This record gives sequence, C-alpha cells and structure tokens, in this order.
Amino acid sequence: MRKIWSIGLIRALIFQILGSAIGAGLLGLIRLAMGLSWKTEPALVVGGFIGAIFFMIGIGGFSGWWKMAMGEDVPEAHDVTEPEGIRRYFGFSLDHKVIGIQYGILSMVLLSVGGSLALIFRTELASSGLQILDFVQFNTLVGLHGMVLIASILMGVAAMGNYVVPLMIGAEDMAFPRLNAFSFWIAVPATVLLLSAMLFGGFETGWTAYPPLSVRGPMGIQLFFAGVYIVGWSSILGALNLIVTTLKMRVKGMKLFVMPIFAWAVLATSIISLTATQLIGLSFQLVMFERLLGMGFFTPSNGGNPILFQHLFWFYSHPAVYIFVLPGLGIISELLPVFVRKPLFGYKWVAMSSMGIALTGYLVWGHHMFTSGIEEYLRVPFMYSTLLVAVPTGVKFFSWVATLWQGKLRFPVPMLFILGAIIVFLIGGLTGPPSGTVSTDLHLHDTYYIVGHFHATMFGGFIFPIFAAIYYWYPKITGRKMNDTLGKIHFYLMTPAFLVTSFGQMQIGMLGMRRRIADYDPTLGFDTSHLIITIAGYLIGVSVLIFFINLIISAKRGEVATGNVWQSRSPEWSILPSPSPVHNYKGMPFEVVGEPYDYGLEGSNYVLPVNQTGQAD
Amino acid sequence: MKHIVIVVILVILLTFGTYALLQGIGLLPAQASAQAVTIDRMFNLHIMMISFLFSLIIVFMGYSIIVFRQKKGDEGFGKFFKANNKLEIIWTILPLGTVIFFSYLGAISLAETRNVEPQALNVDVTAGQWYWSFDYPDYGITSDKLYLPVDRQVKLSMTSVDVIHSFWVPEFRVKQDVLPGENLVKELRFTPTEKGEYTVRCAELCGGAHAYMNSPVIVVDDAEFTDWIDSELGNLPQDPVSKGKRLVENNGCLGCHSVDGSPSVGPTWAGLFGSENVMLDGSIKEVNEDYLHTAIVDPNFDVPEGFPAGVMPSNYADLFSEEEIQNMISFIQSLK
Repeated sequence: MRKIWSIGLIRALIFQILGSAIGAGLLGLIRLAMGLSWKTEPALVVGGFIGAIFFMIGIGGFSGWWKMAMGEDVPEAHDVTEPEGIRRYFGFSLDHKVIGIQYGILSMVLLSVGGSLALIFRTELASSGLQILDFVQFNTLVGLHGMVLIASILMGVAAMGNYVVPLMIGAEDMAFPRLNAFSFWIAVPATVLLLSAMLFGGFETGWTAYPPLSVRGPMGIQLFFAGVYIVGWSSILGALNLIVTTLKMRVKGMKLFVMPIFAWAVLATSIISLTATQLIGLSFQLVMFERLLGMGFFTPSNGGNPILFQHLFWFYSHPAVYIFVLPGLGIISELLPVFVRKPLFGYKWVAMSSMGIALTGYLVWGHHMFTSGIEEYLRVPFMYSTLLVAVPTGVKFFSWVATLWQGKLRFPVPMLFILGAIIVFLIGGLTGPPSGTVSTDLHLHDTYYIVGHFHATMFGGFIFPIFAAIYYWYPKITGRKMNDTLGKIHFYLMTPAFLVTSFGQMQIGMLGMRRRIADYDPTLGFDTSHLIITIAGYLIGVSVLIFFINLIISAKRGEVATGNVWQSRSPEWSILPSPSPVHNYKGMPFEVVGEPYDYGLEGSNYVLPVNQTGQAD
Repeated sequence: MKHIVIVVILVILLTFGTYALLQGIGLLPAQASAQAVTIDRMFNLHIMMISFLFSLIIVFMGYSIIVFRQKKGDEGFGKFFKANNKLEIIWTILPLGTVIFFSYLGAISLAETRNVEPQALNVDVTAGQWYWSFDYPDYGITSDKLYLPVDRQVKLSMTSVDVIHSFWVPEFRVKQDVLPGENLVKELRFTPTEKGEYTVRCAELCGGAHAYMNSPVIVVDDAEFTDWIDSELGNLPQDPVSKGKRLVENNGCLGCHSVDGSPSVGPTWAGLFGSENVMLDGSIKEVNEDYLHTAIVDPNFDVPEGFPAGVMPSNYADLFSEEEIQNMISFIQSLK
C-alpha cells in the first residue's frame, strides 16, 4: 500500500477524486445553507477546479513553493535527489529531460485516445445511416477527438521543447525547474477533466463550442471547458519557461543567430502560446459563467452577441495552429541538414520566417468567420492578411528544397518522416488559399474540404515531424536505436493511408459533404468514399500501433547506440554521450565556435569542448 | 545546369498533368447559380496555382531524392552552399506579389457574388432546431419548401430562433450563417440559373439532428412559380377562361397582342372572336375556334392583312398541351 502511495501519479489521482468530492460537497452545503436545492452542474465545475488543485497538492507541486513561503531552506533544483529508474517518471521531477519524457508520454497517450475516438466515429461514418452511435455520442466524440488531440499536440510540442532545447543550447536545465514540473503536472488533471466530459452527458458543440449551442445542452461541456482552461495554464507557463530559457541560458558564444534552428521555432511558438492562450480561456470562461450564472454574454435574447465569442475564440485558435506546426517545421529544418549532409539553406531567412508566421498568425483569425456574419468590411482585409501567411511559409519550402538540392541524401527512418512531413504539409498548405479567399470559402466553409485541409497541416506540421523527432532523439533518451524495419513499415503504411483520407475528405467536401454530421444523404453518393476513408483511417491506427510496439520493445532490445548516431554537429550529439547524463553538460563545458549547419565545410566545428583553463581545445 | 533544365521540363509537365487530373475528376457539384459561375472561375485559378506550386516543390524534391542520394560507402558531404540573399528576396517578393494579386482577384470575385439587383425576390428565412421555414412577405405565404423562380435574384433575410445555423445549397456555392437575435438578421443574395430540385443543408453544427436539417429548394420558371404562389394562396383558377388568362400572361403573349383594342405587333384580341378579317392571300376568314387553334400552333398558315408573317413563334404546339391551348382560346373568346 505504501509502495503504491509513493507513486506520485496514483497519489495525486486519489487526491483529485477526493478534492472533487470535497469541492462538490462544499458547494452543496453552501447552497443548502442558502436554502437552495442540489444542482449538479455548478457542483461539477467547482469540484473540477478544486480537484485539479488537490491533484497538484497530491503530486507535491506546491511543496517547494510552500516551504519557500514559510521561510524554510529549499534546495536548488539540481541538488534535489530524485528516485532512480522508472519511478521518477511518475512523480514530481525537476529534471527537464524527465519532464520532456513525461510530456511525451502524455502526448502519446492522448494521441492514442484521440485517434481511437476518431476510429469510433469513422466506423459510424463508413456507411450512411446511423449504426452504432446516437447524435449526442457522435458529437461528443467529434468534439473530444478535436480537443484531446489539441492537448496531445500541445504536450508533444512541450515534450520536444523541454527535452531538446536545453540540450541544444547547452543549458543546465530550464530556467524555472519547479514551474516547469508544475506546468506539466497541471495538464494531467486537466486531461482527466476533459475526458470525464464523456461521463456527464457529453456535449454536442464540437471542439469550437460556439454559443448559443454551448449555452444549452448537456453539462459535459462544463468539464470540457474546465479541462481546456487548465491545459491553457500549462501551455502559458511552459511557454514562459521556454522563452526565458532560450533567451538567458545559452552556452557561451551562442548568439541568437547561431542557435539551432529548432530553438527559433520553439521561441516563436512560445511567444504565441504565452500571449494568445488567454483568449480561449477567456471565451470558454464566459460561456461557463453564462451557463452557471445566467450572464448574457453571447445569447442575443439576453443582450449578448454570438459573434463576439467567435472573435475571442479564433483569436487564440488560429494562432494555435501555428503553435502546433511551427515546432514541427523547426524539426524539419533541424534534421534536414543532418541527413542531406549539407548546410541549411538560408538559416536567417528560415529563422525569421518562423517569426513571420507567428506575427501574421495574429492577423488572420477572421478567415474562420467569412460566412459567420461578421461585418462585411472585415472580410476583405482578413483575406489579404490570410494569404500573406503563404509568404513566410513559402520561404520555408523553398529553403528546404534548396537544402535538398545537390546534397548527399541518406534515408534512415527519421529522414523518411521528414520528407513525408514536407509533402503532407505542402498539400495542407496549398489547399489553404482556396479557403482563404472569401468567395471560394463561401462554398468550402464547414465542409469536409476544411477537414481534409487541416488534417494535412496537422499531420505535415506535427504528426510526421514528431515521429521523426522521436526516431531521431530516441537514442539520446535510451541509448538504443528504434527498430529500422518496424519504423519503415510505420512510414510506408501511414503515409499513403493518410494521403487517401485527406484527398478523400477534400473531394467529398467540395462535392457537398458537410462537417460534423453523424449521417449523410445516401443519394449524394458518398458511401464508397467514406468507406475508403474509414479503412485508411484504420490503417493509420495500425501503423501507429506498430510505432508504439517499436517504442516499447526498442527500449530494452534496440541496437545499442551511444555515440553521435547521426553524425550531427549539434552539441547534444557531438558533446553529450547517449543516454544523456542526469546533469546535462556538467563536467563537459563547451563553447560555440562556428555555425550550426556548416556540413562539409573543411575544418569547421559548431561547438568545441573547453578545457579547464577556458581555452577551446 | 543540366539538372535545372530537366527539372524545369518536369515541373511544366507535372503542372499540366496535375491540372488536367484535378479538373478531370470533377471536384465541384453542378453549377446552378450566377454566383457559382463567378466562384468556380476563382476555383479554377486556385487549381492552376496549386498545380504549379505542387509540381514545383514535388519535382525538386523527387529529383533530389533520386539523383542526389548518397552512394553506398560514401561518407562525404553535399555541395557546400548555404545562402543566397538574391534568391531569398526573389522567393519572398514573387509570392508576395502573387498573394496580393490573388487577394485582389478574390475581392473582385466576392463583389461579383454580392451583386445587388433591385428586383430581387424577398424571402424571409427562419431556422430552428431542426427545420427551415420560408416566408414570402410580398405574397403572405409561409412554406417549408423554398420555391424560387429561375434567373431572378432572391434576397434571403435570415434569422434563427435558437442557435446558429447556416444556409447552404452546394449547387449555388454561397453560404451564410443564420444567427439568433433580432438585430442580427443576415442577408444572402443569389440568382438561381438552372431549374431543378436542390436541398438546403444546415452547414453549422446545431446539435442533435443537425445532419437532418435539410429542406427542398425548388427552382422553377416564372409561370410555375406564379402557379405555386397561387396554389399556396388557394386561389389557383379553376375555369378555362381564367386558366387561359394566366397562360397568356405568363408566356409573353401579351407582349404582341393587346386585350383592350390598342394596336401592337400582332392583332388585338379585343373583339377578335367572331370578327371577319382579310388574309394576306386576299381571302376572308371568320375568327372561330378552329381558326384560333391554327393561328396558335401554325401562325404562318393564315396571316391577316396588315401584320407581318414569321414573327410569332411556331413551336407552341410543343410547349403547350391541347388543354392549355383550348384554355387560351376560351380566354380570347371571352374578350369579344
């Protein structure tokens, strides 16, 4: 019993259940004292938030800060002794590498949950008519598929940022290790809340939760709101940490324009996360209050305006797309030179294009609202700003192509996923402009074309790159390589299957298939296309399953790989042994003496170890 | 240099191939409104651009993958070049110009789809969970089907009684969300150009039976539309004379024939029946039922003096049923 109790995650989950019950009970008592009867919905909300706080107490997330507040001595993060072995991944660790892996595990768990939800409703959609789901179940699954995978992506992005960035820039850890651990662990009760929406009636709004629909209907929406709200804290705090780390903790000699390009991508992403996430939190909070307290923010009959919600919502949720894809595009730019054996073409332009995408990302949210009834004079300016995104994105594509040109390409598994990412993201990108010009979007809005388009951007901008990243940095984490054959099966199964789903969706969307419908008119003739899309969806599921098997068995049985596996110039490969030691570069000081991607430049180095006297060897 | 030449040729070939493929597989539903024509022109431009850019990147990538792969045992590096500001500026400025141009075209295209015609038919649309209801304020009709006359712009003024819905008929292309709230009535204008039966489908998730929130949209010609209005109002004429009156009104007969004796292109119908007239060939004919029947289905057989031959269309036998012709004759007979 004590042994189980000592596992942080289990302890914290028990705390969360207790906290939820206490919160709900307390609210019931207060209402009773006021002479009011029991009401489930407010109890759920209060219980949900208090449960999340209890979870953090249970995991020990507040103990360090509590001691500081009490004036007790608190050890520096790197002096804290942590449990050895697998147990440390289930507790409140302050090591950025452990936290990165924790983020990664949560991301992959959510990826499989979100993907499985999709397979359930894809099965329903395989033929017209209603077979296995009713309307509310279908809508709940669709909405959760969206939000669970958004959470998965945010966690995946944080995983890459946390594990890789400090190693790349030669930092000892993140700038604020306790905050870092806090921002990971707060996401766990948040995802519990998010998923528990299914247990309390579900919700029927999709992930966008537009009022007035979200103001009526099942109360599962409140747990959805609470979950997203708290995931938002995780995102904001994590971003803050990454920005400070990148700006203040780079190793000697690493000027901004010689840091690895991935650090630029994470910096750009973090700036968006830090400044835009509040808006989705705010918009959901307002609906939460509207439901609980009858405040008429968005319901016209109470003096509200439903369009206002859409502005607030998309002001985050469009830039969010760039939060999802920028790190992935950074992975492409980072890994490409390694496998092409040739410098990244136009480093500064690629770095600045990330910033450019982040900046223009703020100016385009209105393109989600071309048909929503926003003021007429807003549509054309938003069309101009939307298409502008193509310019920095184009710079990335052209630079990648120029990087490939006249290189010496090698094709290990990470490189396959990088090439897949470029192709899929190209399709996602090119299908954007038709939905970005207003007149054509009048036809495309809310159809499967949009579904196909953004799944292509998500797969090209996140799914393919994160698989590449995992195959690439796996030896850094475990000291072993992942199995090559399984990796190739994963790639050659997933890529065509994905292309089939995406093309299929876009085609039927243009022909008239609406989004988010549980059943479709058989006379439209979409049955065959839907069946093919469903089968391809299952194939993606199988390929990811193969990936998970590979991930697990390679940890024990994989080919040992301790050196510079990919002949990279980056410090985490050229200086640090694999698996990476607990205290990063302790005892191996180094400094930056050259440019990061000068592959093939005679006698050049990016980083060199520094001897005791401070001179480069 | 050799590489570049091959790649350029391949890009051109693939561009045309992709464009032909995308056009060939039929990406859009039937084109049934004036707006659809404008929007499909914009789609076509997009498809051209997509074909070109897709081919550009894919050919460069594919060529690099095939030609620039590392040979077995070769541990060397690729050709060393890492930046070219001139090139970077070109591929920033060119796309910038292109997207600004596309936005400009998009704005023009949008303006065209929003073209306002003063004679538009007014329909007030009410959406709710999960139905559509259509009011014709000019006629005092409410219907669950949207009847529209062909080639006449319709102005929908739309509101919702509960949550957000969206009006979309794929064949008309245009789409507009329908919002609750008295001050948020949204307008959508389009001009159906093809007769036929379509379906309006709610395009904004509205909970529950969203998937089934469909209603028929029926585009008919002017005459059928007036018939429908009258039948909805319960005053569709029953007697042959009134039926005939509707027929001649709806089919343009009165453009050439007056009913009050005033002169026009063709003979007036006032007092026509029973009169005797001189024909072009000099004979004198009495206007009776047989004469009128012949005059309608074969107008050039016996043309009265003072009127040109070959003006009146001679295909009415195909356009009208025998009963309809008899009704028209009854109407003319009533004008004696």
